[in-house]
Amino acid sequence: MNWWQRLLRRPEMEEKLDKELQFHLDQHTNDLIVRGVSPSEARRRARMSIGGPEQAKEECRDARGTRWVEDFWQDFRYAMRMLRQRPGFAAVAILTLALGVGASTVMFTVVNGVLLRPLPYPQPDRLVAVHGHSDGWRTDLFGEQNVAYPDFLDCQRGSRSLTMAGSLFDGGTISGSGLPEYVDFQEITSNLFSVLQVSLAQGRAFLPEEDRTGAAPVMILGYSFWQRHFGGRLDVLGASLSLDDKLYTVVGIAPPGFRLRDSEPDVMTPLGQDTARFLQSRNAHPIGVVARLQPGATIAAAQAEMHLIGRDLAEQYKDTNVDRSFVLQRLRPNIGDVGPTLWLLLGAVGLVLLIACANVASLLLARAISRERELAMRVALGAGRGRLVRQCLTESAVLGLSGGVLGVGLAAWGFRPFVALWPGTLPRVEEVQLDWRVLLFALLVSLLSGFLFGLAPALRAPVHKLGEVLRGGGRGVAGSSRRLHSSFVVSELAIAVVLLVSAGLLGRTLLHLSSLDPGMNVRNVLVTRMALSPSTLADPAKTRAAWKDVLERARRVPGVQSVATVDTFPMREGDNEQGYWTSADLPPSNKLPFALMTCVSPDYLKVMGISLRKGRFFDDRDSLTTTPAVVIDEVLAQNAFGNQDPVGKRLWIPEMGYASNVFEIVGVVGHVRHWGLAGDDQARIRAQIYYPFSQLPDGLVHRWSQLMSIAVRTEIPPLAEVASLRSELKGSAGDQVLYQVRTMEQLVSDSLARQRFILLLFGIFAGLALVLACIGIYGVLAYLTGQRVPEIGIRMALGARPNNVIWLVLRQSLAMILIGIALGTAAALAASRVLQRLVEGMQPAEISTFAITIPVLVLAAMFASFLPARRASRVDPVIALRQD
Amino acid sequence: MNPKSDLPQGTLDLLILKVVALGPVHGYAIAQRLEQVSQHVVQVPQGSLYPALHRLENRGLLAADWKDTETGREAKFYRLTAKGRAQLETEAESWERLTQAVALILKLSAGGAE
Repeated sequence: MNWWQRLLRRPEMEEKLDKELQFHLDQHTNDLIVRGVSPSEARRRARMSIGGPEQAKEECRDARGTRWVEDFWQDFRYAMRMLRQRPGFAAVAILTLALGVGASTVMFTVVNGVLLRPLPYPQPDRLVAVHGHSDGWRTDLFGEQNVAYPDFLDCQRGSRSLTMAGSLFDGGTISGSGLPEYVDFQEITSNLFSVLQVSLAQGRAFLPEEDRTGAAPVMILGYSFWQRHFGGRLDVLGASLSLDDKLYTVVGIAPPGFRLRDSEPDVMTPLGQDTARFLQSRNAHPIGVVARLQPGATIAAAQAEMHLIGRDLAEQYKDTNVDRSFVLQRLRPNIGDVGPTLWLLLGAVGLVLLIACANVASLLLARAISRERELAMRVALGAGRGRLVRQCLTESAVLGLSGGVLGVGLAAWGFRPFVALWPGTLPRVEEVQLDWRVLLFALLVSLLSGFLFGLAPALRAPVHKLGEVLRGGGRGVAGSSRRLHSSFVVSELAIAVVLLVSAGLLGRTLLHLSSLDPGMNVRNVLVTRMALSPSTLADPAKTRAAWKDVLERARRVPGVQSVATVDTFPMREGDNEQGYWTSADLPPSNKLPFALMTCVSPDYLKVMGISLRKGRFFDDRDSLTTTPAVVIDEVLAQNAFGNQDPVGKRLWIPEMGYASNVFEIVGVVGHVRHWGLAGDDQARIRAQIYYPFSQLPDGLVHRWSQLMSIAVRTEIPPLAEVASLRSELKGSAGDQVLYQVRTMEQLVSDSLARQRFILLLFGIFAGLALVLACIGIYGVLAYLTGQRVPEIGIRMALGARPNNVIWLVLRQSLAMILIGIALGTAAALAASRVLQRLVEGMQPAEISTFAITIPVLVLAAMFASFLPARRASRVDPVIALRQD
Repeated sequence: MNPKSDLPQGTLDLLILKVVALGPVHGYAIAQRLEQVSQHVVQVPQGSLYPALHRLENRGLLAADWKDTETGREAKFYRLTAKGRAQLETEAESWERLTQAVALILKLSAGGAE
């Protein structure tokens, strides 16, 4: 028989074992009787000689080798029976665990989707990104550099180990079906989809012959855009759409969820058809490059090859490509700065899980002690220590897994609301889903927590002094469990302190940040991006006139106080940075200090309510024929000029693309918190420079107009003004659009959304921790006090009064509370360091937060211990003394 | 409980194999035979006899059949398998070598003390 046959035929095996031993006993007894021993004495001796039939059977069963499965099954059924017997205990334990495991699983689902899952392309590990590299480029400020289009073409042609595809971000107004709409579009090379190995949902990808100048204009629609505008209709294939006044034939629909540089493009056009001048230059680096390694090629080999190509180009094109090379990196999703926040929340939720475990552990321990006699009986019947430990662990594993299953259920239901609550858009949100990783995580967490809270009770399984336990009824050993019980309470309290103090610190931080002055008057300001009529964009003079017209018309709308055009506005809504210097003696470009550049019309200061410190702001004097003027903020004034008056001084800004790179400072204004209320203090570039749209050279007017917004100060609530502004500004052809309409107040508030969200979650976690810790204290004290009932009875019989008894119990809990708080305070100080590193604008820990949050905890804990204390004080000494 | 056996570790298995090698035999007979042969020099713990039998059966060194005894009761008779016989030979041999070596050492030290 092999082991599973032995397992399946267990009843038969048992029967045979019985029969065999019985035969032995009978024979032995008979032999003894024949030798003249009395029958009853003979039976006794026979049993003795075999060492007790039950123990012998146990050892025989061990010898079978199938023992663990049988035991497991037996333990499992036993555990289920125990849980059914105590439904209250089971419910509390399972719910507590489900909460802990569920919350952790939700967080892990998000972490998994956003940070851990590979890119949704086939063989993602063969994909690389290609970046430009040159000494002058500051990756710390601007991120990775893209590649010039001619360089890209040379690399694509020259590489043997990579198939390369490129894309260029652009924007334009689409019309032809219903309202004109501004769209984000990507110009892509014809092989992009084949490099990513993504097939289109409908239609076809671009053909190589469509990827060059002069070919017939064709277009691929993004899936969401297709659904939004055409309701998924297939007849759009082959139809014509107008994009910036040019007709394109739709040839394909991208698959759902297709993303390029981390956003879903509305439409895509062939990159090769774009005739823009900057695409011919090796000085502009706009192309994002993704490549797939050829079969058998390694990254190192491909990198070496790209270096060679870079060196060749540097020799061939000395003025543009000197010191320029190309760097490969594994293609990774760009998830911005959410990583630290997600890990932080996962850590916090882990603390809640720990408290839940400690809670269940103390419940289990209390039960294990009241079961001491039962366990002792089992030892007497032949169970070994390992066997008992296994049995206890099986019970807690059953508990843990039940909690886990329920928790996964909670998580499956809960992660979507959580994702929806996330402030702004969570990157890679479409990847957030339950998958095998999440299930594995939940399984491991449940088993691990089962092990964690089951271990202490299991190790307490009695093996020594059996007789004492069996006779004494377990009361004698209670003392030794007190320390273990207290340590659970202490750790729960310590963790609760960490979460409470962290929540308190976050709350204080948020209060502090909200009270900061953004540097402008954010009330009643509407900001909206605006796309001019495509027909005006071709000619700079026409474009200037169109903007002038927009400002005049907007100013006439009732309720509008003032209006201005601006390319990037505060609260991180876009940024443009330039290096500057205060003399003609320019250092190398990577040594220049940088400033935020904002291109505005004269009323910008009035609209935003920014204060003028010195000199003047822009006006009609600043035109194409006068010296280019700039206004700087006080940060730049301080950085560059110290205590001197900057007005009238000059700035050299080499990369502006102006005919002359010298600018005259005409005024100084207050600093605006461009990077949000929380982020501005630590931002790498804070200095600000404003320059007038009226002096922008013709060559830049087109690009700037594509990025332009208008800001409007209103007398009425700003959102009420949107409809009239829309109709007033739609232009003669009706193809001018306002999009991304927001109020400045919204933007300021959004700039703290991350902090608010973290605070909300920490608040919830801290509340949970507080409740769980109180339940834990209550349970432990109720149990410990219950153990002491006879002692209390004696004390009362000897004259102790109810108050003395209450104090007796409270003193015990007060000791635990104080130790817990001491440990928790130390841990909270460490946690605040972590928070300071991970949360933008986080204030350091200070005493008042502790002084506010810790009394809350002490009060709650004392309240939880007061109930058992009062019950103890009402013990009737007569009954107490008779107990047991 | 009886004190544990004074048998050196692992020798019970060897003794059982040797007894069973003489012909099919049931557990009680093995116990009796061991007791007779050892003549009270070693105490065979009967409590460990059955676990040992079952272990040897599971390892395939012994096989068992249910047969009637002379008295007409059905009993489990153990016999040696081919694998068991091989095991018995190697173990017996190594036991012999061990005892010889130990005896040699004991003699040596006795000589040294004189």
